[in-house]
Amino acid sequence: MSSAARKRLVTALLLAPAAVWLFLFLVLPFAAIVVFSLGERAPAGGYAPALTLAQYANLPARATAFWNTLVLAPAGALACLLIAYPVAYYLALKVLPQRRLLLVALIVIPFWTSLLIRTYAWMYILGARGIPAFLELVGLPEMRFINTPGAVLLGIVYGYLPLMILPIYISLERLDRRLLEASADLGATPFSTFFSVTLRLSLPGMMTGFSLVLILLLGEYLIPTLLGGGKVFFIGNALVDLFLQSRNWPFGSAIAVALVAITVVLLLAANRLTARLSGARQVDLL
Amino acid sequence: MASETLDIEFRGVSKRYGDVTAVHPTDFAVPKGAFIALLGPSGCGKTTCLRMIGGFEQPTTGQVLIGGADMAEVPPYRRPVNMVFQHYALFPHFDVSANVAYGLRQVRPRLTSSEIARRTADALAMVQLAGFGKRKVHELSGGQQQRVALARALVNRPSVLLLDEPLAALDKKLRTDMQIELQNLQRELGITFVLVTHDQEEALSMSDVVCVMNGGRIVQLGAPDEIYDRPADRFVAAFVGKTNFLDGTVVENGGNAARIRLANGMEIGARLTGGGAPGAAVSVSLRPEALRLGAATGETGLGGIIRNRIFLGSTAEYAIEVPGLGTLLATADHDAARSDLLRPGDEVAISFNPGAPLAFPVADNKTTQRETSHVEVLS
Repeated sequence: MSSAARKRLVTALLLAPAAVWLFLFLVLPFAAIVVFSLGERAPAGGYAPALTLAQYANLPARATAFWNTLVLAPAGALACLLIAYPVAYYLALKVLPQRRLLLVALIVIPFWTSLLIRTYAWMYILGARGIPAFLELVGLPEMRFINTPGAVLLGIVYGYLPLMILPIYISLERLDRRLLEASADLGATPFSTFFSVTLRLSLPGMMTGFSLVLILLLGEYLIPTLLGGGKVFFIGNALVDLFLQSRNWPFGSAIAVALVAITVVLLLAANRLTARLSGARQVDLL
Repeated sequence: MASETLDIEFRGVSKRYGDVTAVHPTDFAVPKGAFIALLGPSGCGKTTCLRMIGGFEQPTTGQVLIGGADMAEVPPYRRPVNMVFQHYALFPHFDVSANVAYGLRQVRPRLTSSEIARRTADALAMVQLAGFGKRKVHELSGGQQQRVALARALVNRPSVLLLDEPLAALDKKLRTDMQIELQNLQRELGITFVLVTHDQEEALSMSDVVCVMNGGRIVQLGAPDEIYDRPADRFVAAFVGKTNFLDGTVVENGGNAARIRLANGMEIGARLTGGGAPGAAVSVSLRPEALRLGAATGETGLGGIIRNRIFLGSTAEYAIEVPGLGTLLATADHDAARSDLLRPGDEVAISFNPGAPLAFPVADNKTTQRETSHVEVLS
């Protein structure tokens, strides 16, 4: 066997497990979903073979779920970004190196508890016997937090903030400090240095964090269920409803395909934007 | 010297990090338009001095003056100096033009964009990179990046240019070219250059004044030939250029005409720096090029056996084993290096001019070594 052929064989063997896995659990199911989405609901629920775009034409029936997802997911990701950046900046550039590890650990530790349990906790904090009860006690008028878009947004920021902090922290931590000195040396004020150098060079980290959080939020199901209480529902909630309750698989599939399409378009746009802003060097998204 | 003729002045400047002293209280002044090199081993405090001029470090005590003005409260971005950083620190997200124009864009009131474009092009032409403006920084070779860094630092017409090991990353040929170019640039612009380097050849070849530092102190300040020919102590003699050190004791301290007895019992005349009573241990420095090699005559002079020949093209170096003294290094010029008389295994006689040997007290050396190791943790 020639050395080139052996190299190809080794590469194939290394990639085989992942390729098989992806084919069985990503490509095949997605193909099935696409096929389902072109079908019709069987009278007793489930899928009946057909070739129609009727399910896609029906998408506006679930406009609220799309609207909620497409407003709250980017808003949540943006809120995470705005809150995470100063934290990451502080961790990477201001904290004494010997304390940095401890603080990074503190950010990661909440992950040791299930998001379900932590979101349940928020249900009680925001629920009638939580903050509203306390506010009433001090004489403020009755307020409602739970089951509002605000509660969902809060749950989103709470749950996903660490995922935003870490990539930004890494990009800032890798930032060559001499570039900041060079900028100051050339007459740039700290303010100007931040915008021309620091922010620009941490863009890949920001984009990684933003994309990561956005992808997860577009498919979010748990937080709207618990903190939105059926009033603020996402595409994820619509899918559960269609597949498990009304058993309208073709319509659910059409929504799923639309969700994937939206995600891909958003990611490509984000990738293009980062590449443009950070100097056309190839940026790895995840 | 009056302050207005000085570009940089250190008045009792020191720098401590915790318990570690990087720079002991130091005074020195750089006249306008000089090319000065801060030379020393890593951790000697030279970079700290440069960074205090740039404003990236604050002195623990003392004052740094630039053009006669105290810089204590002046941040780096308001100082009339610019720096060429080690490894250049070019902005990776900008092209060459944007890197060079960066300093011009910070000027307030704002310059017109045509003014910025013109001065950027001028700066690039000055470093022979006209037409490279649209290139990405990472597409350039090391030498080209070096030039971009130079153009970027000079574009704002600083009164002082700071250079932190600017040639360390270049290969030898390119380094020699850049040395000449830097020297020409400094003469044309007439501004003060402060160069930090650990490479003694670089310091000697480019600058008008060399400031040798060790252990956070200035050991010697002088013209390059003065530093080489008349080192202030054993450290400078060892650090600047190559030399042989021979152990000896003082027989008679006549200053410029002291008598030293070497370890093999031979007595020679030497210039004794730093004092030493008869009987005191000294170290005698003999530069390899001061040694002349000849056919062994059998006389009771200095002689030995050639062990190695290192051919260097224009010269050759010989390692000669001398009984009682160890191995001495001698340099032979072009003609001698090609003669068949000097071959490994041959016996040779070694002679030198009476003025060549320089003797230094040995204690001197021990203190400098201790200080060096003390400061080394900083580098």
